[in-house]
Amino acid sequence: MASEARVRLRPAHEAIGVLPAMKAVFLRDLKTAFRQHQDLLNPLLFFVMVVSLFPLGVSPEVSFLQQAGSGILWVAALLSVLLSLDHLFRHDFDDGTLEQLVLQPQPLFLLVLAKTLAHWVLTGLPLVLLAPLLGVMVHLDGNSIAVLCLTLLIGTPVLSLIGAIGAALTLGLRSAGVLLSLLIIPLYIPVLIFGTGTVAAAADGASVGGYMALLGAFLVLALTLAPFAAAAALRISLSNS
Amino acid sequence: MWQFFHKLGSPKWFFGIANRLMPWLLWGGAVLLLAGLVWGLAFAPKDYLQGNSYRIIFIHVPSAFLAQSVYIMMAVAAVVTLVWRMKLADVFVKAAAPVGAVLTFLALFTGAVWGKPTWGTWWIWDARLTSMLILLFLYFGVIALGAAISDEKSSARAVAVLVLVGVVNIPIIKYSVEWWNTLHQPATFKLTEKPSMPIEMWLPLLLSVLGLYLIFGWFACLRMQTEILTRERRTRWVKELVQAEGN
Amino acid sequence: MSEPLLQAMNLQCERDDRMLFRDLSFSILPGTLTRVEGPNGSGKTTLLRILAGLNDAWSGDLLWLGKPLARQRDEFLQNMMYIGHRPGIKPLLTPLENLRALMAGRKTVSDSVLMQALAGTGLSGFEDVPCRRLSAGQQRRVALARLLIADEPLWILDEVFTAIDIDGVAALESLLVERARAGGAIVVTTHHDLQLPSMQRISLGGGDGF
Repeated sequence: MASEARVRLRPAHEAIGVLPAMKAVFLRDLKTAFRQHQDLLNPLLFFVMVVSLFPLGVSPEVSFLQQAGSGILWVAALLSVLLSLDHLFRHDFDDGTLEQLVLQPQPLFLLVLAKTLAHWVLTGLPLVLLAPLLGVMVHLDGNSIAVLCLTLLIGTPVLSLIGAIGAALTLGLRSAGVLLSLLIIPLYIPVLIFGTGTVAAAADGASVGGYMALLGAFLVLALTLAPFAAAAALRISLSNS
Repeated sequence: MWQFFHKLGSPKWFFGIANRLMPWLLWGGAVLLLAGLVWGLAFAPKDYLQGNSYRIIFIHVPSAFLAQSVYIMMAVAAVVTLVWRMKLADVFVKAAAPVGAVLTFLALFTGAVWGKPTWGTWWIWDARLTSMLILLFLYFGVIALGAAISDEKSSARAVAVLVLVGVVNIPIIKYSVEWWNTLHQPATFKLTEKPSMPIEMWLPLLLSVLGLYLIFGWFACLRMQTEILTRERRTRWVKELVQAEGN
Repeated sequence: MSEPLLQAMNLQCERDDRMLFRDLSFSILPGTLTRVEGPNGSGKTTLLRILAGLNDAWSGDLLWLGKPLARQRDEFLQNMMYIGHRPGIKPLLTPLENLRALMAGRKTVSDSVLMQALAGTGLSGFEDVPCRRLSAGQQRRVALARLLIADEPLWILDEVFTAIDIDGVAALESLLVERARAGGAIVVTTHHDLQLPSMQRISLGGGDGF
């Protein structure tokens, strides 16, 4: 073995840019996820199973399902995102990748954002794509299904972003999974309310533009604030390990 | 100014100050609260609509009020923890969170008791009650996270981050719950109609709110002192203090 | 270049109610090898994590090129490489993918250079095998391949010799010596009996011993 590189201080302008670094983080997460398909599938299966519990547990009547359908789908989607959050940083924490991420010269919150986006692409987006099928199973009409998917499309990234804070805070703790849910569920409530509320408004024939804009505002807020909080939480959790 | 700030961070200094402050807080609070409650429960006029059952607001409103303020106070302490790494701020958060949770529970409980004669049911998904329920969840989260992290410094900072995330969310939660409430059941009755309340009603209410604040101050000091003694048990001043108490 | 890269002054760290070290002061000069010594649990890893900026639970002063480290974190991170206990190797990725990902945020490196580095650590032929199928020593070597590419002036290496065979240890030793001779600064912890010329030692006490 012999080191080729010469020794000199690297000035700031030689740093790798933020975007290529984010892209590398994003792609690595996608790649590792696709090497472990089952982990990708599990939240989706969970989603389908939870939704099917309601007709079985409450009532298969068309009128009930039509009324409760969007709420059922939203709650099930929320729970499957919650279930998948534990993985967001856990593997990276265990194998030391997370330490290396924190030590990259790029701003940590942007790298965290890249990881969170990867998480959404791997869990939230498939849920959105699966939602129409389940929407049909709970007898939602075409318009409601379209609105529902749109709310999920805007809402699930918010779930991933807020969830990242909880995942970062509970990193390395025993029984982190339950604790994570405990911390995060209250913070999910506004998204749930407006997600289902929008579908209900659409079913009543009201215009949903305003509601969608509000959900969009949640997304913007979460995009700007959550990565900072998650990055701070990551540093704290790593400092303790 | 900075020296004062620095002193404020010293647990030993706080311990002494708290000792001097606590009797005032306790007695002042007790007098105000008692006056407010006696006035409110026994002498304030009956409500023309609800009769005597409304009188529970003299407990309900102060606890609900304080339950929310405590979270805000915790958020301020959280900023201090994160920015200045002041130990005492975290001691406050840890001491205040369970008290906040109890107050929130008290507000919910009295709300339910009030609901029975007013709405004919113990629980109603009213916007305020629902918001309080979510606030209770937030308190539970803070307490659970604090208990889960054994390292004192990490626990302090992690809890601080969570409290701040929570405080950003509280207005959003409140707003969405109110919107959700109007969507599902137009509000027919509001718990407190402030403008229509005669002065004989809101003056005792004000007294009991102030009284409860002072009592909270006393109780927070007490819990902080306990927490400080536990944390600083190995320092010389605590050992000397314990010895002096023992003699 | 004889100005210290990193200076620690009166470092103090307490963990779980136990004082790991206090009043610890030292300088890391370019072209030197520093070994942090001490029994298990004396805080070697903690000290290295503090130097790398991963652990915040300390007091005292840390200076990077004479100025507080906290104020120039980006410059510091750009010039420091840390390899920890857990070396940051993903079991599902191949050595090449792992190395590529580890370098991605730090330095633009072509794949041929990466392959060369992997070959240099004795991993030729394993470039495309998922790391979980490699032995512990081989996985460690994937992480150490970074040493062949990295040009950061300061290396902080925690237990680098763990799980490496005798030949590997010898090669690694000579790599570190050569690196120091070329002007790099290296801080290591190791249980391996490292005997290198002109080595700075930082001894952490603590443990009561058997």
